[in-house]
Amino acid sequence: MAIVKLRAPLKDLAGGNGEITIDGASVGEVLRALEREHPKITGWVLDEHGRVRRHVNVFVDGERVREDAPVAHDATLHVLPSISGGSR
Amino acid sequence: MTELLVGTKKGLFVLEGDPGTEKPFEVAARAFPGDSVEFAIRDPRSGRYFASVTSGHYGPRVMHTTDPGGDWEQATGLAFPEGDDWSLERIWSIRPGEADGLMYAGVAPAALFASTDGGLTWELNRAMWDQPTRSSWQPGAGGLCLHSIATWPGDPTRLAIGISAVGVWLSDDAGETWRHGNAGLVPHYVPEESRGDTIDLCVHNMHRAPLLPERLFMQFHGGVYRSDDAGETWNSIAEGLPSDFGFPMALDPADPDSAFVIPLVADTDRVTVEGRVRVFGTRDAGESWTSLSAGLPQEAAYLTILRQAFDREGEGPGMGLYFGATSGDVFGSGDGGASWFTARERLAPVSSVRVA
Repeated sequence: MAIVKLRAPLKDLAGGNGEITIDGASVGEVLRALEREHPKITGWVLDEHGRVRRHVNVFVDGERVREDAPVAHDATLHVLPSISGGSR
Repeated sequence: MTELLVGTKKGLFVLEGDPGTEKPFEVAARAFPGDSVEFAIRDPRSGRYFASVTSGHYGPRVMHTTDPGGDWEQATGLAFPEGDDWSLERIWSIRPGEADGLMYAGVAPAALFASTDGGLTWELNRAMWDQPTRSSWQPGAGGLCLHSIATWPGDPTRLAIGISAVGVWLSDDAGETWRHGNAGLVPHYVPEESRGDTIDLCVHNMHRAPLLPERLFMQFHGGVYRSDDAGETWNSIAEGLPSDFGFPMALDPADPDSAFVIPLVADTDRVTVEGRVRVFGTRDAGESWTSLSAGLPQEAAYLTILRQAFDREGEGPGMGLYFGATSGDVFGSGDGGASWFTARERLAPVSSVRVA
């Protein structure tokens, strides 16, 4: 099981839970499972095509990756806003 | 008391005040700080408020509440089908439809969503989405946006929508089928020899006169038009305006001969003409225009007023008019534009203004 670490506002959408244990073989699978467990997150991290949004960064064990990256059973995922997305 | 919903680059501002006093409105609430609120509206039927919110990181969504100073919930269903190579970019417009619980949302890239439960859940209009010409549609500077949705009072089957830059689309069967309504529109930005069959028509705003539903008014990308046949054909009514370029538009619902626009110089210089902030109104269906500027900045005031940043309250001579600029200023009138006051200064750049 991987650990997904969230910050606000995603943490708030997960009911205030900033550290969630979820199963999945890839980043996409883990994030889809996160959506099923916390439906309010749906659309915030993955777009309608299952891609990680352009201005969201996902790190697996310290390495920035995209949705197709593998996730080991004991991995830690950080889901963070990218610095590029704050310019609007 | 008037309540204004002002969408800005940095959140939604709820302003409250009395236009009769001509004093600045109070900021009663601010929601979604840091996010861009492109549009906000209150459905008078349900009392529910809606806000189109785009996070720079987490994308666009429609939020709703019955208390704009309290908690908001996210509406669902505003997404494109998986497998299509499109992603929802922005929600441009939300408005009530002509049946209980019916609402519409216009989004970019050009698509129409409908809700039948008062705006809680939404569904894509497939007939518009599946238009065979879609792959050739061209965006305007603001994107490929469906921004104007003109319902027909009392008849949910008849719709007119405006898309930048794919012209006017008409439906007589509640959106089951669509056809063009572009005859008479002249796109001066297209070579003359190509104008005849182009659909690259950049509608900036379109409104229907509720007392005479066959009549529509339009602010075009270089042109102001009127239709008297429900959008099938259009005639220029721009003569008498200092410029035929601009974005927002408002009507007096009690007067089907009325329209109000805020001219900007041109597409190459999108600021108020001559550095003077002026609303222009017609009460004779566009035969003549009157400058309505008393109380508005008239010296070195180069403001940009965006597409959704103009609205009215009530009707007739005492109709309220409100607009906001990207300067962060919001102006109001409680007498149909005869005189104006500054409702609020120095907000974030204003994207939309609606009377709650």
